[in-house]
Amino acid sequence: MALTLSINGEPREIEADPETPLAYVLRNELGLKGTKIGCGLEQCGACMILADGAPFPSCAAPAASFAGKEITTIEGIASRPAGARVQAAFIAETAAQCGYCTAGLVVACTALLEANPSPTEDEAKSALAPNLCRCGAHPRVLRALARAAT
Amino acid sequence: MSLADYPLVRHWIGTDGDRLVIRTGKVDIGQRISSALARIAHEELSLPLERIEVAPVTTAGLDEGITSGSLSIEHSGSALRAAAATLRAHVTDLAVARSGGTPKDWSWQDGTLTRPGLNRPLPVLALIAEADPDLAADPTLAPQPPAATAPHMRGISDLVTGRYTFLPDLDLPGMRHARVLRPPHARATLEALDDSAAEKLADRDIRLIRDGSFLALAGPDEWAVTKALATLAAACTWDTPPLPEDDVFARLTAETARRFPVTGGVPAEGPVRAPLEDTLTKARFERPYLLHAALAPSAALAEWDGAALRIRSHSQGIHALRDSIATSLDLPADAVEITHHPNAGCYGHNGADDAALDAALIARAIPGTPILLKYTRADEHGWEPFAPAMALDLAARLVNGQIEAIDAEVFSDTHRGRPRAGANDAGPRRLLSNRFRDPAWPAPEAAPNMNRHGGMHRNLDPAYTIPEKRLIKNLVAGLPHRTSALRCLGNTTNIFGLESLMDMLAEEAGQDPFAFRRVHLDDPRSIAVLDRLEALARDTPRAMGHGIAFAQYKNAMTRTAVAVDIDLTDASEIRLRRAIVVADAGRVIDPEGLAAQLEGGFLQGASIALHEEITWDRGGITSRDWDSYPVLRFDNVPEITVEIIADPGNPPAGAGEATPGPAIAAIANALCDATGLRMFRTPFTPDALTRAALAG
Repeated sequence: MALTLSINGEPREIEADPETPLAYVLRNELGLKGTKIGCGLEQCGACMILADGAPFPSCAAPAASFAGKEITTIEGIASRPAGARVQAAFIAETAAQCGYCTAGLVVACTALLEANPSPTEDEAKSALAPNLCRCGAHPRVLRALARAAT
Repeated sequence: MSLADYPLVRHWIGTDGDRLVIRTGKVDIGQRISSALARIAHEELSLPLERIEVAPVTTAGLDEGITSGSLSIEHSGSALRAAAATLRAHVTDLAVARSGGTPKDWSWQDGTLTRPGLNRPLPVLALIAEADPDLAADPTLAPQPPAATAPHMRGISDLVTGRYTFLPDLDLPGMRHARVLRPPHARATLEALDDSAAEKLADRDIRLIRDGSFLALAGPDEWAVTKALATLAAACTWDTPPLPEDDVFARLTAETARRFPVTGGVPAEGPVRAPLEDTLTKARFERPYLLHAALAPSAALAEWDGAALRIRSHSQGIHALRDSIATSLDLPADAVEITHHPNAGCYGHNGADDAALDAALIARAIPGTPILLKYTRADEHGWEPFAPAMALDLAARLVNGQIEAIDAEVFSDTHRGRPRAGANDAGPRRLLSNRFRDPAWPAPEAAPNMNRHGGMHRNLDPAYTIPEKRLIKNLVAGLPHRTSALRCLGNTTNIFGLESLMDMLAEEAGQDPFAFRRVHLDDPRSIAVLDRLEALARDTPRAMGHGIAFAQYKNAMTRTAVAVDIDLTDASEIRLRRAIVVADAGRVIDPEGLAAQLEGGFLQGASIALHEEITWDRGGITSRDWDSYPVLRFDNVPEITVEIIADPGNPPAGAGEATPGPAIAAIANALCDATGLRMFRTPFTPDALTRAALAG
């Protein structure tokens, strides 16, 4: 039986082998290339998506394991009020250097603000710890998060 | 160099009618050079930023060498500034010729030129299109004042919405995804390959490409190709001699080294003096092999049409890479065209160039098919060109609170592994997969970098006034790993050592670290940077340990002073609390971009100080993911204050490499302040701190 996933509010029929990690399905079958692959090991956060509102790496877990969950990718994040705020705040704070970690961080920040609209600095730092940034844009990302918080 | 090679305005600036098109040979590697260049054109020609385009950087365009050494702004930026200022004067003359007045009557605004009494302003771009094609750029013209508009990072909107296309995101019709299968380690060779493997893979629509011990797979489905690596690995028998496991630091000595005295930052062939006598304070500082560890594994896209190769690469040196790939494949240089396409920030010579060759090898085996090659995380961590392990032996003579003499000997393998032209096919021999092909191109012997502050000796010469100096560069060969350039080259180790030594000597002299450094500085701009740091640090709450460091990059570029406050947990983990960075980078073009580079450099230095170390055993590299090669994460990012002392009267100096060295040294000094422990080797892990405490 074909796999159907709910992605950014729409049901999508998936042709790929259901064991394919979700990020590969998003990028190669659905053309949603905003989700990046950095390690394939769930260690860097570049591939972060929301599954029922919770942040989740998509580079290793099979697409089939997301069946029945509402998946939000970076392409759909603006439809969530917190997501749109986070995107605007990242632009206002120039919260990127090379930008490869940015999509995953926008997703992670959105998830944090939905769960905790006014996180403390320590809460913010520990919530973003799964996301690596190698350029050192961390201070700007934290400022963007603070700006997007209510 | 940039303007000397490309003296005309049109080499740098053109128009496509709707937009100004800037040309450059420098590539975006996360340092935002295209944003800074667009801003220069914006300042000089008063065009809105959205009407300024930066042309793709290709081997058919300007050759500005390697994008490295914090020189993008000095090279491309200065040339573009001269071209744009010249064009401004010329276009004003064209406006006068067309509509009268004198040059000073005309004002520039938002893409138009106007003068009092004129009904219709003249569009700047239309005048630029009529500019004299032989107009030479005049570098003596005064620049326009800094623009008041807020700096804007190009591409940021696309980044936050996921629409920005990095190299691994490229997708072309008929494209095949490719992966390589590397040997267990660099000395292993393929002894046998089970013949049935190719058939098994073909059943899954996956092509096997083999050339000696070089193995790759290509197929239409990326995940299927990735999974098939396991099938291929199972079919391989490798001849695997053990990797040498001896202590690399014990081999960083003068015994086997090629030795060069260094004067004023420049190494020379010649006799090496005997060590200075009566030096009472001695210390040796070390760092292990390090990774660039870009967040995206390296990638390249290549297509072979039977006669020519077109490659997209995130290499920092596409011209040298083009020549090296052409030689590798026995093609004329003009049969290979490389266009730069951004990938994640690289911080130096990472796997980008190797990936371009690999994609080319695969593309040539499958003509007429675009090949998108990506490394896996384990490929990148295990095989990128490492930053060499280093050691710095220091000795100083302190008399009446002043350093009278310093002896500094630096030891390292080469930092120069980029595939660039050189004798004996040094270019192709520096590309990884050529070493595994049949016939193999063995690794070349490293040639010493004799440039001023060029390699391991970058910032070996203290920026301080010291009457007697003996500085020696020791190039050590025969070490276990392939090495090349990582952001800052030798600077990070040299500044770690020298600035740790400054604190040791300050303590001996009974002076505070600021006063002791100032005593040894003549340069007013350096003193101003230290003074400002001291003032800011005075008002900052202290943690368990407080440390400072100062450096001027290459003793000629950005002056940087850093203060760090740390705590130590019960588990001996360093917690970074606060950091202050004060920098003088001359004229500032993009203050946000500059601050970002300074902050980012600080955090990369902090990551090196706390975490980074490549490990291996006889079977191969063991630090092949983010658990075995940890780096700094968000949960240990300090509150960072950056203050820039803007100096519009001085030329701009790059700052991409100004902070990592001082960051490491300031953390070491803070740690000593907190615990009394002087650390002589990075990283300062809990294990290392415990060992040092037990030994001390």
